[in-house]
Amino acid sequence: MDNLISFFHALISPDFPFVRNAFVAGALSSVLFGLLGSVVTVKRIASLAGAISHAVLGGIGLALYLSATGIVPNLSPMAGAIVFALLSALLIGTASLKSKQREDTVIQAIWAVGMSIGVLFMAKTPGYSDPSSYLFGNILLIGTQDLWLLLILDVAVIALIWRYYAQIEATAFDEEFAQVRGIPTQAVFLAILAVTAIAVVLLQTFVGIVMVIAMLTLPAGTAGFGAKNLATMMAVSTLYSFVYSTAGLAAGWALDAPVGAMVVVIAGLFYLSMLLANVLKKRRRRP
Amino acid sequence: MKDIPIALKFSDVSFSYPHLDVLCDVSFHFHSGEFIALVGPNGSGKTTLLKLILGLEEPSGGTIELLGQMPKRSRTLVGYVPQHASYDPSFPISVREVVRMGLVDRRLRRTDRADEAVLKALSHVEMESLADRPYSELSGGQRRRVLVARALVGGPAMLILDEPTANMDRDSERRLYETLATLKGDVTILIVTHDMRTVSALVDRVFCIDALKTEYGARTVIQHPLVDIDDGTKRVLHEMEIPADQCWQEVQRG
Repeated sequence: MDNLISFFHALISPDFPFVRNAFVAGALSSVLFGLLGSVVTVKRIASLAGAISHAVLGGIGLALYLSATGIVPNLSPMAGAIVFALLSALLIGTASLKSKQREDTVIQAIWAVGMSIGVLFMAKTPGYSDPSSYLFGNILLIGTQDLWLLLILDVAVIALIWRYYAQIEATAFDEEFAQVRGIPTQAVFLAILAVTAIAVVLLQTFVGIVMVIAMLTLPAGTAGFGAKNLATMMAVSTLYSFVYSTAGLAAGWALDAPVGAMVVVIAGLFYLSMLLANVLKKRRRRP
Repeated sequence: MKDIPIALKFSDVSFSYPHLDVLCDVSFHFHSGEFIALVGPNGSGKTTLLKLILGLEEPSGGTIELLGQMPKRSRTLVGYVPQHASYDPSFPISVREVVRMGLVDRRLRRTDRADEAVLKALSHVEMESLADRPYSELSGGQRRRVLVARALVGGPAMLILDEPTANMDRDSERRLYETLATLKGDVTILIVTHDMRTVSALVDRVFCIDALKTEYGARTVIQHPLVDIDDGTKRVLHEMEIPADQCWQEVQRG
């Protein structure tokens, strides 16, 4: 209990700006997780988002290698991650649209090959670089500039979803009908993948790849149990994401444990509890 | 019929997938206000024909005119009722929102007029009392009627229904055809069905996609006469053939 109280002290204390930054980052990330996670869930493209987020490790590894060996001095890992994320989104999107029967193979290939490239380049990079630090990240290392980047992405995603909500809803619910109504469904799909890829890069740099994929699916999945429509799902999912990230931060501080992993465990337990409650509720309803 | 505009016209249309010929020499037309059935067994190419009508596929040869234009330009004037067989029951959406989807390309989507149009379309299919019910809680027949309301909400010039009574109970089927009866004459209606023997009494003409045209399996479309039978339906006379590009009235006049 004392540890928890000390977390709230740290949150408001000027001596611990990294705790406050982590809290704000959690709040800003929640908007992306809530909005994009709901779209990813109703479009049933969680495995696509998973592949993109893991393939990003290849770009990070390559950028670290090129920078450390002096081939491309001062190349930031984020630049490599963005290139790999957009490339994998384009590859997966094209495979999904053009050859549906091979979509799964392409997703798994990009997932595995991307990660392996990352591990290989990190192994050959002079000095020490640990792939697991990118898998789980460290939200406590977030700086003010990162928060601004998150805020800009939040505003961009809110604006896009506000403007194209009807088109996104229609393509996710009934793609063929949406196409007949004149919606460019393939362009909407590729745009969703591209925006998700960019968000994944930004988010995984702060909170780690595992937390990104977990938070893109678990809060939206939990919100989906009671939501009446996509907009409600987005709002509730954002709220859940905020609660999970704050609870994970507090628990991580109190137990001196990795925050990213803590957030994922809390989100996962809550999702499984809701799933169980939902199954029991349906059973009780049956005559 | 010459004075009535043509709603859909296929002229020498052929279509192939890689390594598979599907349609060959397809020519037929029908006029605005007609109630048409397109019948054919499973795997005969009905879905392909539907995709061509809706501009979701391009023909390999020939031309298609839908409401006087290329299908891609005029398809927004069509109210399309798909089978929606791959529907996701966990998708959070209400009946009202599904119907509003029919206005997705219109500016009035979020206005009071849009709400009025949605309720009017729902009342057309006797579903207005369920407007705020989750779509997933409806029966299969109710869901199909909601999709009809979604197709009607934009005031279409033509209504296309893909297997409208598939997996539907008798009562839902009767209600659906009652709705279509109220629309007959004002809206051109095309139903696509695998039931080859009988069609609804509302149907004016029937086209059949069954006749093999080439040795490689491509099919074409022919027209059969209909005869009324006692149970309120019409029987398709497969033993008689009418050129598909000829109106029934023209045939009767000789």
